[in-house]
Amino acid sequence: MFAEIHTFFTTNWLGIAILILLQCLAVTVPLLLAVAYMTYADRKIWASIQLRRGPNVVGPFGLLQPMADGLKLVLKETIVPSSANGILFIIAPMIAFMTALVAWAVVPFDDGWVIADINVGILYLFAISSLGVYGIIIAGWASNSKYAFLGALRSAAQMVSYEVSIGFVLITVLLCVGSLNLSDVVIAQSGWFWNWYWLPLLPMFVIFFISALAETNRTPFDLPMSEAELVAGFHTEYSAMTFGLFFLGEYANMILLSALGAVLFLGGWHSPIPYAPFTLVPGVIWFALKIAFLLFIFSWTKGTLPRYRYDQLMRLGWKVFLPVSLGWVVLTAAVLTFGGWLPKP
Amino acid sequence: MASLDRTARAFLLSELVAGFALTLKYMFKPKVTVNYPYEKGPLSPRFRGEHALRRYPNGEERCIACKLCEAICPAQAITIEAEPRDDGSRRTTRYDIDMTKCIYCGFCQEACPVDAIVEGPNFEFSTETREELMYNKDKLLANGDRWESLIAANLHSDAAYR
Repeated sequence: MFAEIHTFFTTNWLGIAILILLQCLAVTVPLLLAVAYMTYADRKIWASIQLRRGPNVVGPFGLLQPMADGLKLVLKETIVPSSANGILFIIAPMIAFMTALVAWAVVPFDDGWVIADINVGILYLFAISSLGVYGIIIAGWASNSKYAFLGALRSAAQMVSYEVSIGFVLITVLLCVGSLNLSDVVIAQSGWFWNWYWLPLLPMFVIFFISALAETNRTPFDLPMSEAELVAGFHTEYSAMTFGLFFLGEYANMILLSALGAVLFLGGWHSPIPYAPFTLVPGVIWFALKIAFLLFIFSWTKGTLPRYRYDQLMRLGWKVFLPVSLGWVVLTAAVLTFGGWLPKP
Repeated sequence: MASLDRTARAFLLSELVAGFALTLKYMFKPKVTVNYPYEKGPLSPRFRGEHALRRYPNGEERCIACKLCEAICPAQAITIEAEPRDDGSRRTTRYDIDMTKCIYCGFCQEACPVDAIVEGPNFEFSTETREELMYNKDKLLANGDRWESLIAANLHSDAAYR
């Protein structure tokens, strides 16, 4: 009986499809919950920085606030402006949301806990995060509104600029690991927490984090949505669940980049001290804690920093991060080659 | 040397670190928010909130229909009609305040010679419809009965300064 079930799920196409579907659900449902409670955590963190209380009325400690907000978004009316391109207007938020979810397929949550263990994992992630720009560009164009259009242009320019330096950051990590598979990246960082790449590659970690802020359009790089200039940027014309999808996508992207940061620089599922009792804690928990730590810095940043001016943003991306990260790639390559530390193929 | 110092500071993100440290410190300070529906801030005895028409302790209404409040009201929110009552005393038959017009200046209570119309300490009288804000005499007298003890205490504590 058990053998039959096993063969059904490993050989029959229907069984495999069901298995993959279940795996996808096992990732997306906790992810969406995490997104919901990320908004809650965000609001609480900003509130405490500003000596406020934050949401505290809906449910105990306001814990049901994200549910109430979600329900409100679902129940509201989706308004499509009469001069907008109807089909693209609806498709754009779907793209933005979908790309944020699809990328999770290659993220290793624990040793072997990954939906698609492909050997070009990092390239896949990089490609998917570039595709996310399309959702925003299409939204800005299809809205047929000047604020949305300008917001989309800014967003696209910004994401493209900072993806360049993220690319170089990824290359330095790849040089150290010798593999594009994300699980291999984590395995290469096993050991004490100072063996994780954040310390040897500290400048790259900082550049990666700041670029991640720009990539997800978060403060201090939230120019696409700067209220004073552009109302709400590319999602000015969006309401109800179409807006909700952008919102979910943005937060899912934030969590994704935090997960990427945890995999590349904070040793993924490894515990900081490689002895019991720390190793007894499941790897998923360590991974989640690392993501939560990075997300906390995301909100902390938003509570601390003012918004960049557009030319400053471009200057930082092209004239500071690009040369520094390029130089660090060369430096890392040189040190690895002449120090004899190149990873064995 | 100065430029070297500046460059070093820029690359070591010293200003960012200082700013982040400050916000982290603030995160653990006590909150200053008054948790409004559950706790409320202090009110002055001179606070000008919702209107009320007061009565004498024997139950007789104070208002003598002199219409000074109606005359002084800068927003013309007060409407009064008056007739002699059966016992010959002059009383209002109609005393309306349009609370959507009222600007809460307090001139009506300043003008009143018998402390009949006062602005009480109540500020939580929002309604769901506009009509409910057209107060008539019954509503104002009911307010007076409801808030009398607080209003009397406030008037007493403020009397020395008037």
